[in-house]
Amino acid sequence: MRRFTDRYGARPAHLVGCAACLALAAYAASFLLGDPALLRVLTWFVGAAVVHDLVLFPLCALVDRALTRLPRAPVPLVNHVRVPLLGAGLTFCVFLPGIVRQGEATHLAATGLDQQPYLGRWLGLVAAMAAVSALVYLVRWAVTTRSAAGG
Amino acid sequence: MFAAALLVGMPILLVTGLLDRVAYGPGQGLPGEVGLLQLPPFDWPSSPSWLFRLTQGVHVGLGIALVPVVLAKLWSVIPKLFAWPPVRSPAQALERATLLLLVGSTLFEIATGLLNIQYDYVFGFSFYTGHYLGAWVFAAAFAAHVALKLGTMLRALRSRSLRRELATPLAATVPEPVDETGLVAPDPAPPTMSRRGALALVGGGSALLVALSVGQVLDGPARASALLLPRGRTTGDGGPNAFPVNRTAAAAGVAPTAEWRLALSGATPRTFTMAELAALPQHTARLPIACVEGWSTVQTWTGVRLRDLAALAGVPRPASAFVASLEDGPFARSTLTSGQVLDPDALLALRVNGAELSLDHGFPARIVVPALPGVRCTKWVRSIEFREA
Repeated sequence: MRRFTDRYGARPAHLVGCAACLALAAYAASFLLGDPALLRVLTWFVGAAVVHDLVLFPLCALVDRALTRLPRAPVPLVNHVRVPLLGAGLTFCVFLPGIVRQGEATHLAATGLDQQPYLGRWLGLVAAMAAVSALVYLVRWAVTTRSAAGG
Repeated sequence: MFAAALLVGMPILLVTGLLDRVAYGPGQGLPGEVGLLQLPPFDWPSSPSWLFRLTQGVHVGLGIALVPVVLAKLWSVIPKLFAWPPVRSPAQALERATLLLLVGSTLFEIATGLLNIQYDYVFGFSFYTGHYLGAWVFAAAFAAHVALKLGTMLRALRSRSLRRELATPLAATVPEPVDETGLVAPDPAPPTMSRRGALALVGGGSALLVALSVGQVLDGPARASALLLPRGRTTGDGGPNAFPVNRTAAAAGVAPTAEWRLALSGATPRTFTMAELAALPQHTARLPIACVEGWSTVQTWTGVRLRDLAALAGVPRPASAFVASLEDGPFARSTLTSGQVLDPDALLALRVNGAELSLDHGFPARIVVPALPGVRCTKWVRSIEFREA
């Protein structure tokens, strides 16, 4: 037992759990064998992880790193930029097809509607989030400077 | 915290997703051949009428709401991805393989699900096949991850009091003590956000997405609140047929003519003209149309009870009914169970909200059965075959 743990790096139950997981996943994948779409599915499966880990996350981290270097102010600016920016990014990623008008033909066939309004609506939403954040910032600024002047 | 939310939410997503396949009907679940990867088969009930509206609305709504939580969870552990050396023991190599399945399947399910509810099939494979099999890969990896990490999550939750964190402002926010997980930065930058702020940010992201999606299941002016989703909009003029269409008549390629007849087969085959159907006893019911994309709408349908049609066809206690549409294509035929045919509110609807069905809503006649997925509520019905046991 001790020898197994030393060699494997964990208890035997760990091996059983991981092996069961890989076996079930392989069984699920086996239904795609012979399917002409197999390669596409695998590409999307691996691609989703790669795009997230090596594109989306580094991009967000870089932008966020830049935000923390914003000029110092009596009321820190960073979260008033960060929050609406994250809101814009999140809604863009989730509602991407409508905003960039991808899949127009299937959208029309399914709903009888085109994808024309989404981009304008999203821009409006982004502007609204930015405006609310700026408004809150101005209020905080006013409160801070007044209490500084008063104190 | 995020792990705890996902521990509750993900199993709900899995179960509601598996139920969707059952709801499509015996032998009609998609994808077709899945071996052992399914719930034990049972007849999907026709009561309560909102059952599928609930299960599928929860599946899609919760799936959308969990997107920010998944991202927050992944970003909180991302230093692990770049750990060096990448493999220290066979156990770690194996565990990293299961984590690749976990992260890959989670993001794959989110991506295919979000694309499907917006009718964007850019991925180029069957949504049903990909999303269903991907869900089983996720289930496997999720179970292994919970088994291996439940203790870690519980220790982390116990390590600090939620109430105290919620009372801690930015000025009093200090880094975590270094622990054995390797996730604590050795030389952290000064905090720009409190822990309660980070929780509020993620929760706020979920709340924003819910606010932009819940309109999918609401009728009236509230539907328009789903600003960026196809089902926040309706076609038409605000009249009786102005509720969301699932597949237009033009897309289905149907154009019913005055010669349309409904053909019933059974012990005593019959055909009916539109006028003859309208002269039969009519029944009115308020029933939802609920679709796999999570949207739903409740309308007032009027038509002939399916059980009355079964009796007219000489099969008053049918084992099943086979419905065929004027259109061709994958959803042009469906088989209803005995319980669905005999439900007192199950209709061959001729009218909606007091008006004739529009062509896009299935003129001259469509099936409306309580709790049946919308795609199985066949439009432009051509024939119904009532089958004996």
